[in-house]
Amino acid sequence: MASTQVTDAPNPHLYTAVREDDRGPLTPEDRYSPRDSMPDYSHLDALEAQSIYIMREAFNKFKNMAMLWSIGKDSSVMLWLARKAFLGHVPFPCVHVDTSYKMKEMIDFRDRLAELWNLDLRVGQNKEALAAGKTFPSGDLGRVECCSLLKKDGLQQVMERYNFEAVVLGIRRDEEGTRAKERVFSPRNKNFEWDYRDQPPELWDQFKTDFEPGTHLRIHPLLHWTETNIWEYIDREQIPVVPIYFSNEENKRYRSLGCAPCTLPVSSEASTVPKIIEELENTRVAERSTRAQDQEAEDAFERLRASGYM
Amino acid sequence: MKIVIVGHVDHGKSTLVGRLFYETDSLPEGKFDQIKATCERRGVPFEWAFLMDALQAERDQNITIDTAQIWFKTEKRPYVIIDAPGHREFIKNMVTGAANADAALLLIAANEGVQEQSRRHGYLLSLLGVQKVAVVVNKMDMVDYSQEVFDKIEAEYREFLGQLGVEPTSFIPISAREGDNIATRSDETKWYDGPTIINALDGFEEPRHSDAQALRFPIQDIYRFDHRRVLAGRVETGTIKVGDELLFTPGKRKARVKSIERWSSPASDEAHAGESIGVTLDEQIFVERGHVAALADSAPLQTNRLKANLFWLGDNPIEEGKTYKLKLASQETACRIEKIERVIDASTLDTHTDGAASKKVDKNNAAELVIRTMQPLALDVYGEFVSTARFVLVDEWDVRGGGIVTEGLEASEDAYDLGGAAWAAPNPVERFKRNRHRGCIVALHGAPEIERNLLPRLERALFNRGMQTFTLEPRHIDLKEAEYDPQTQALVARNLAAAGVVCLLDTPIAEGSSLRTFRMIADDARTAFIVAHLSASDRILERTGKRARQEDEEMFGDADLQVDLSGSRDEEEQVAAIVEKLIPLLQRF
Repeated sequence: MASTQVTDAPNPHLYTAVREDDRGPLTPEDRYSPRDSMPDYSHLDALEAQSIYIMREAFNKFKNMAMLWSIGKDSSVMLWLARKAFLGHVPFPCVHVDTSYKMKEMIDFRDRLAELWNLDLRVGQNKEALAAGKTFPSGDLGRVECCSLLKKDGLQQVMERYNFEAVVLGIRRDEEGTRAKERVFSPRNKNFEWDYRDQPPELWDQFKTDFEPGTHLRIHPLLHWTETNIWEYIDREQIPVVPIYFSNEENKRYRSLGCAPCTLPVSSEASTVPKIIEELENTRVAERSTRAQDQEAEDAFERLRASGYM
Repeated sequence: MKIVIVGHVDHGKSTLVGRLFYETDSLPEGKFDQIKATCERRGVPFEWAFLMDALQAERDQNITIDTAQIWFKTEKRPYVIIDAPGHREFIKNMVTGAANADAALLLIAANEGVQEQSRRHGYLLSLLGVQKVAVVVNKMDMVDYSQEVFDKIEAEYREFLGQLGVEPTSFIPISAREGDNIATRSDETKWYDGPTIINALDGFEEPRHSDAQALRFPIQDIYRFDHRRVLAGRVETGTIKVGDELLFTPGKRKARVKSIERWSSPASDEAHAGESIGVTLDEQIFVERGHVAALADSAPLQTNRLKANLFWLGDNPIEEGKTYKLKLASQETACRIEKIERVIDASTLDTHTDGAASKKVDKNNAAELVIRTMQPLALDVYGEFVSTARFVLVDEWDVRGGGIVTEGLEASEDAYDLGGAAWAAPNPVERFKRNRHRGCIVALHGAPEIERNLLPRLERALFNRGMQTFTLEPRHIDLKEAEYDPQTQALVARNLAAAGVVCLLDTPIAEGSSLRTFRMIADDARTAFIVAHLSASDRILERTGKRARQEDEEMFGDADLQVDLSGSRDEEEQVAAIVEKLIPLLQRF
């Protein structure tokens, strides 16, 4: 597999990858490595092929499936991989759980990309919790409880409304300890709970495809990628990402995107994808360290995930 | 490169991982202090294992429960380290971790020597196809770095691996807790001149590419997103080129490759091992998921009988005559254990060919057996091929065993016997396998005249698709419509469903009480009760009025099936719309 970069070589069957709308490109070309001096990214070929394989398995097994689109870099990569798997199409709905506290740039990016890539976008929101003011920013709840209500319950509501039996999620093993223990096809019971003490065996790309009524599956096609791999792939494929990933005039950028009240920018001069990759190679700070809800207690994230959080 | 760390419980696997990260300066910032704080809070000595044991239960019991992965780099290359649990109870998690690995470090604690899981893990590695193994003798500090102890363990374990045909790349004496022979040679073991752990990792050969082998292209799915019919799949071995004549097994149909389909990737008229691609053919022949494409002169075997080496993770033992679901590449079929030839105790390699011990395969043990499948399979013998030569068995809802094909046997011409013990009545799973759908109760909910018009057509449509189906009317239970009694009807419907029939209801369930009665009676017997809510056309809506519509939404907004009939022109289209959504629910158990 010698492919190291995307080319626009004339191929009668090449579905074009449209990258811009009438407001111009979502991410300008000069944010990526120049095409004629693309680094050797051939190690990504195997990761890409495996993710495509996983998504195709899921699509074959679950007719009523959706992708959770968090609008972050991993979701962008996942959407791109879906289009690779399904030859330019994203043949299932994309669900965004809108906590109402997402940054403006994220929502703007979401709406432009959805139109550009012709996505079937379904937005879910826990309206009762918001109306009742049961959130962290309103002062009524702690961060973890807020995540649980706005994100976990928000997702549960959308899944129930549309009867989704499987949802594709962009989590990775290198993000955090409990995610390192995840399966590619990971079951949840009808209360959304993750029984991490008793996970099904998974070997030789034979995933869990038989399940009791009432359970649903979480599909994790990016589980085997690292944060660096994600950026390398974004660079190679020139995938659009939310602009606040790049450092601004005040030398601040976001490394991980979430709700504005609980997500902090990092000091950085990385204003292009190659610079972000370089920065990652030299940092030893954990990716989710800017996500305040993870830091509340030793097992805060584990409890959140066991009860159904992404 | 992916490395799995295996061995008996408490022989120091997670500690080695922690130490490896520390010695190679790969720990994330603050991680060391975080582990220290965690240990102090718990009042225990510093514990490297807390790096990998992320679950609270793991830290509480100081034991690894599930497999985890973590990344680190040497000067030579990046690694994924897979930590696998050593406790007997979590063998399925160890298998999950190890099945993914390119090479393994197998740990044996010097003070305890070769233990049950040391041997079982060694056996499983060989069966899982992990051939590159370095054996690590840990806790050397607890035996005063004694060469004698080390030599004894090496001799014993080398002999064990020899019986499996596994030649370890090295035996390394270490102390993970003290950091001996991890990144640098230790002064405590001057008698040892072999590699350190890092040397051993860097010494493992890269997994080879399988381009040179014969083509195996298992079909994952067929896509028709536009006018093209694209066969989607991953090239497991070999190379596929435009113009190649492909032979599809089972079935042995042939067609030529017209194009290779990719999206936003460099155009190329060929694809190599490892690539996930799409293929179009010059001729529209019958191909479906599960078929394996190959070149005519090097096709896989086609048979419904095979001999295999298998390890078993299920709580219920394997016995002759039992049936399972078999998954091999993208193929799936029911299968029956025709014969157990030998049972192997995976921790001692003791084999049983007669007596009671040879009649069943218990959890965490292995066997050589003959399997008869319901559908013919495309398969290869393990060795030259891997992906089309290994399979898993599913019992109930989960993968419970994995096996490698050692021989393709002559196909059986006899009709497939669904099995089940002579004394046992057929169970719902068996009925499901034979009928290829489950028994259930289906109620349509729309406007009454729509229901009435559609029912016979729906029954016909399902029947013509080979399904067992029946429309239950009040007269079948000797009731006049006026005497409608949901309880009696639900009980009869439930029995039909238990017999494997898709029972359609010809009675109104619009009333909340009858809906609840049905739900309750169906739930009691664990029978599927599917309500299909037919959203009415404008014409109907006009007549029923807004309020009725609202009530309707409230009661049936969460029905199992929402079928929008407003776009259907006639009854034929309406039935097609229902069938399309209903069938997937019926074909799932």
